[in-house]
Amino acid sequence: MATMEHSEPTRRDFLYIATAALAAVGAGSVIWPFIDQMNPDATALALASTEVDVSAVEEGQSITIKWRGKPVFVRHRTAEEIAQAEAVTMGELPDPLARNANLETEAPATDPNRAAEGKEPWLVMIGVCTHLGCVPLGQSGDFGGWFCPCHGSHYDTAGRIRKGPAPENLHIPPYAFTSDTVIRVG
Amino acid sequence: MSGPSSYQPNSRFEKWLEARLPIISMVHAQAVDFPSPKNLNYFWTFGGILTVMLVVQIITGVVLVMHYTPNAAMAFDSVEHIMRDVNYGWLLRYMHANGASMFFIAVYIHIFRGMYYGSYKEPREVLWILGVIIFLLMMATAFMGYVLPWGQMSFWGATVITNLFSAFPVVGEAIVTWLWGGFSVDNPTLNRFFALHYLLPFMIAGVVFLHIWALHVAGNNNPTGISVKSKQDTVSFHPYYTMKDAFALVCFFIFFGWFLFWAPNYLGHPDNYTPANPMVTPTHIVPEWYFLPFYAILRAIPSKLGGVLAMFGAIAVLFLLPWLDTSKVRSANFRPLYKQFFWVFGFVCVILGWLGAMPAEGIYVILSRIFTAYYFLHFLVILPVLGMIETPKPLPASISEAVLKKGGGAGRPAAAAAAPEHRG
Repeated sequence: MATMEHSEPTRRDFLYIATAALAAVGAGSVIWPFIDQMNPDATALALASTEVDVSAVEEGQSITIKWRGKPVFVRHRTAEEIAQAEAVTMGELPDPLARNANLETEAPATDPNRAAEGKEPWLVMIGVCTHLGCVPLGQSGDFGGWFCPCHGSHYDTAGRIRKGPAPENLHIPPYAFTSDTVIRVG
Repeated sequence: MSGPSSYQPNSRFEKWLEARLPIISMVHAQAVDFPSPKNLNYFWTFGGILTVMLVVQIITGVVLVMHYTPNAAMAFDSVEHIMRDVNYGWLLRYMHANGASMFFIAVYIHIFRGMYYGSYKEPREVLWILGVIIFLLMMATAFMGYVLPWGQMSFWGATVITNLFSAFPVVGEAIVTWLWGGFSVDNPTLNRFFALHYLLPFMIAGVVFLHIWALHVAGNNNPTGISVKSKQDTVSFHPYYTMKDAFALVCFFIFFGWFLFWAPNYLGHPDNYTPANPMVTPTHIVPEWYFLPFYAILRAIPSKLGGVLAMFGAIAVLFLLPWLDTSKVRSANFRPLYKQFFWVFGFVCVILGWLGAMPAEGIYVILSRIFTAYYFLHFLVILPVLGMIETPKPLPASISEAVLKKGGGAGRPAAAAAAPEHRG
């Protein structure tokens, strides 16, 4: 059969496009379960909360607890560390936000916004470097806070990024003091 | 490149099969008669070595899976079980672990050979791009394989590398959570890495098939870089290059065997014999040696997204190499300036590897930045400019002429000129 030139779309063109469009929608809807199965499953999503008694943590000591598979640092800061953190002006901070899940997202990274509400000696943070996820080492680095050995990020005594490749301050999980000595994380 | 097959089906069965599936004549044309430049040196044996290494990795991998348990609670112990209890388990695991390193040694030699002799240039651009895709798949496979023993380096390597994706704005965190199947690297991560580690080698095999197909369309490049002009320039693949490849493979296996039997843990890291602990990062984490130059580039950039983009860019730039190198002359033997820059580039890559193994502080950070800058400068500035300003040396008229001149004429005529066109 000789080829015929059509300048006008034909019924056949319409059928081809309609068929291809339906096939694309079908393929797209089938592919979603195969992608979504990799997202966290129900057991991972079950928001486990952890309670910890911090009465034995003296000033200058810290403990690490596990929450959602991640380490959470609970530090009872010394007066000196608080003073150091208080003395920092906002202009010196690469990340000006508090990153505190218990405050609104625009809250500035002042020391009171980083510490436990009304209990400034207590600092509760997810112990995961915001660069590439290593666990920073406590009471080390150039600012007396935390130092990540993987790629050299330095955090200060309020867990705020000061130097190195990490883009954000150490994140603060949702938590509350349920009594004077018990913290519930999550 | 390939001529018609000299294969003649003789037996009744061969004739019957040939009429239905001409597979014997196809293999004969591609692997026996295939005309190859007669001047290929030992750097051209690494393609064959790599094919064999892929087969070694697949065979040892399949049998290791018969004893390994991909579960975060049992993976580490099952690897120790392989080492201590399974018959020859230590041998199979060391073959697989050291085999990965040997695979990368061979692939780096193969890549640098391609760079030195300009094997990526027209008409071999697609061949080169397929090779870069294989290299990427190899890196993904090796990375996921290293996670499976579930030691400290496995766990923290997986954490750091998957976190690279969190650098992307807006969708970064969602991608990382999706990769993990949770809120940290855990059992779901191990399970999917295991599934993909088993899948990817077969994808590599598929791309290798395309790589060899593309090679057999354009034919081999050669040390002179000039194209085959007549039948006198070539010899048949068998027996000339089957024998040369086989000899090189034996030598390579001796090298492999030295690591396998005398230093099986030399290329590994002792921290990976400590079970994974999500609460403690080892003080000095490093990837496997073959990732070190890219790791150095990642750490050289003082911004998270910038570092990630630079690291991926270091590989992406390889895809553009056929068009970044503006010189028409392929082989560095005839490019006096490029030859020097090639060796400088090789040196820079080695130093980047060394810097990747050093801690990210002080002088190492500054050096990493300088050498990272040079890495990109080589591709993006030096190569395009060199092609325009360099005066290449005169090229020989043909491969045969170059071979005869090199052989010194009277000295060893038999070796150079007596290549028969038909196998004996």
